[in-house]
Amino acid sequence: MNDRVDLEEAEGAASTGALASTEVRTPWTEFWRKFKRQHVAVIAGAFVLLLVLLAVLAPWLVPYDAENFFDYDSLNALPSAKHWFGVDPLGRDIFSRILMGSRISLTAGFVSVAVGALVGTALGLTAGYYAGWCDRIIMRICDVLFAFPGILLAIGIVAILGGGMFNVIIAVAIFSIPTFARLVRGNTLALKHLTYVEAARSIGASDWTIVLRHIFPGTIAAVVVYFSLRVGTSIITAASLSFIGMGAQPPTPEWGAMLNEARADMMTSPHVALFPSLAIFFTVLAFNLLGDGLRDALDPKIEQK
Amino acid sequence: MLQYFIKRLLGLVPTLAIVGGLVFLFVHLLPGDPARLAAGPDATPETVALVRQDLGLDKSLPEQFLRFVGGAVHGDFGRSLRTKRPVSTEIAERFAPTFWLTVVAMAWSVVVGMAIGVLSAIWRNRWPDRLGMAIAVSGISFPAFALGMLLMQIFAVQLHWLPTVGADSWRHYILPSLTLGAAVAAIMARFTRSSFVDILQEDYVRTARAKGLPESRVIMKHGLRNALIPVVTMMGLQFGFLLGGSIVVEVVFNWPGMGRLLVDAVDQRDYPVIQGLVLLFSLEFVLINLVVDLLYGVINPAIRFR
Repeated sequence: MNDRVDLEEAEGAASTGALASTEVRTPWTEFWRKFKRQHVAVIAGAFVLLLVLLAVLAPWLVPYDAENFFDYDSLNALPSAKHWFGVDPLGRDIFSRILMGSRISLTAGFVSVAVGALVGTALGLTAGYYAGWCDRIIMRICDVLFAFPGILLAIGIVAILGGGMFNVIIAVAIFSIPTFARLVRGNTLALKHLTYVEAARSIGASDWTIVLRHIFPGTIAAVVVYFSLRVGTSIITAASLSFIGMGAQPPTPEWGAMLNEARADMMTSPHVALFPSLAIFFTVLAFNLLGDGLRDALDPKIEQK
Repeated sequence: MLQYFIKRLLGLVPTLAIVGGLVFLFVHLLPGDPARLAAGPDATPETVALVRQDLGLDKSLPEQFLRFVGGAVHGDFGRSLRTKRPVSTEIAERFAPTFWLTVVAMAWSVVVGMAIGVLSAIWRNRWPDRLGMAIAVSGISFPAFALGMLLMQIFAVQLHWLPTVGADSWRHYILPSLTLGAAVAAIMARFTRSSFVDILQEDYVRTARAKGLPESRVIMKHGLRNALIPVVTMMGLQFGFLLGGSIVVEVVFNWPGMGRLLVDAVDQRDYPVIQGLVLLFSLEFVLINLVVDLLYGVINPAIRFR
């Protein structure tokens, strides 16, 4: 793998001439060089950053209270200068609710995938590196978790733990663990027989050092790509659970829960359903496009084609 | 082939046993006393004790497990707490609508998804590819429940072309299956494209072109058949997605299937029904994956079963 980077560096140096001799090429700058060529992904990444910023600042940005402000004079009003996204049947400002909802959806997406990735990576590294019974037990657990199709596992966990957003995050995190475990295990198996790992072992490095310093960095690229794609899936899963009444409960401005509420009034005020749908769509789309771009930037095979 | 099949079937036993164990423990993991839950909130302690005995919850855990497994093998999952009818009857009534919905969704999404994927690969980096992949990435980003509501609003409420809810005729199947299959079609399109792009660069494709075969034959005969192998794997995985997705779609369209039964059961803490459904969903998924594995041999004779 290092050979390949060296080779590309050499090629890059030949074409860019003097630039390369002054600039140090780290894997990070190499990644950035490829990533910034993916214009769609760069825009998607900027959009994700904007969303995160909006979510963090939402309490100071919202024009109205998302749960307790009721504008009884403009029930079901369509979008206007006063209410950008219109008003719902209870008189709440939809724009404020969408903005506050972004905090919930982004937290659910990030936290659940972060926990899933952390636990999954740890399990995958352990299973891949130690092999034997340890590997078999961990992979058997993953097989069992994989035997529950789609969001069924999450629903089962919510059925045990009870509803609510916190339990949904736990459920989605557990749902993400086996995929990360499998991904990292595969990478670990491929890396642990490489010469540089052999070399580290021969100079007496402990298993801990080898796994953390020498194998783990090799798996990061795959985990990062998968992380971004998975955040999108998790946001949808969490919103789906709220939609079927198992996650956030009204009046919480969670996007899935908002859509569920809007269902009753589809005939009279379809715009109430439109904005939460678009919010989920654009957020998930941004994460998916970012993930695609990261994959193309981090996958050494892409450039050869 | 038969030997391989039996071997794979036996390989499923440990996984299914653990799944069964988990589903069994499910009742014991629930917060609160299942006997009290079953007896209802107004029951006297005597009634609760009777119900406990009736459900066998007074026996030891291993004994209960054996009872559960014995019942499950015979299709007996106890009685629904809500309707007092056998769980197997409840599920049997709901099986067909979900089954057909999943099959219809799978069928159209695989055909459309593969078509988009192949066309995108042929016109790689030109406008049909850009368009196809833009649709595909939108498809995986649009949540099924929002799509369902949108389709219902347009085609049922505004245009009156199709019915809104229920599962009485073939016209009822159109919107739910479109909703359910959209994400799968998108995933299939992306996946087919990438595997087809790889295959079009293979030596045997170049050979086929070099010997003067028309491009359509090269694509159909040399490309498609080889591209099918990874695509079929993906299909198996997507079946799980469909089974899970059907839960949400059934809620949107008020579909009388297993998904809505599950949501209602979770809502009302009807745990025998939850147990039965979770077990059935998992069993179905695991079996489908086995069938997919066997399909490899049919598509690609080069794969030897061992």
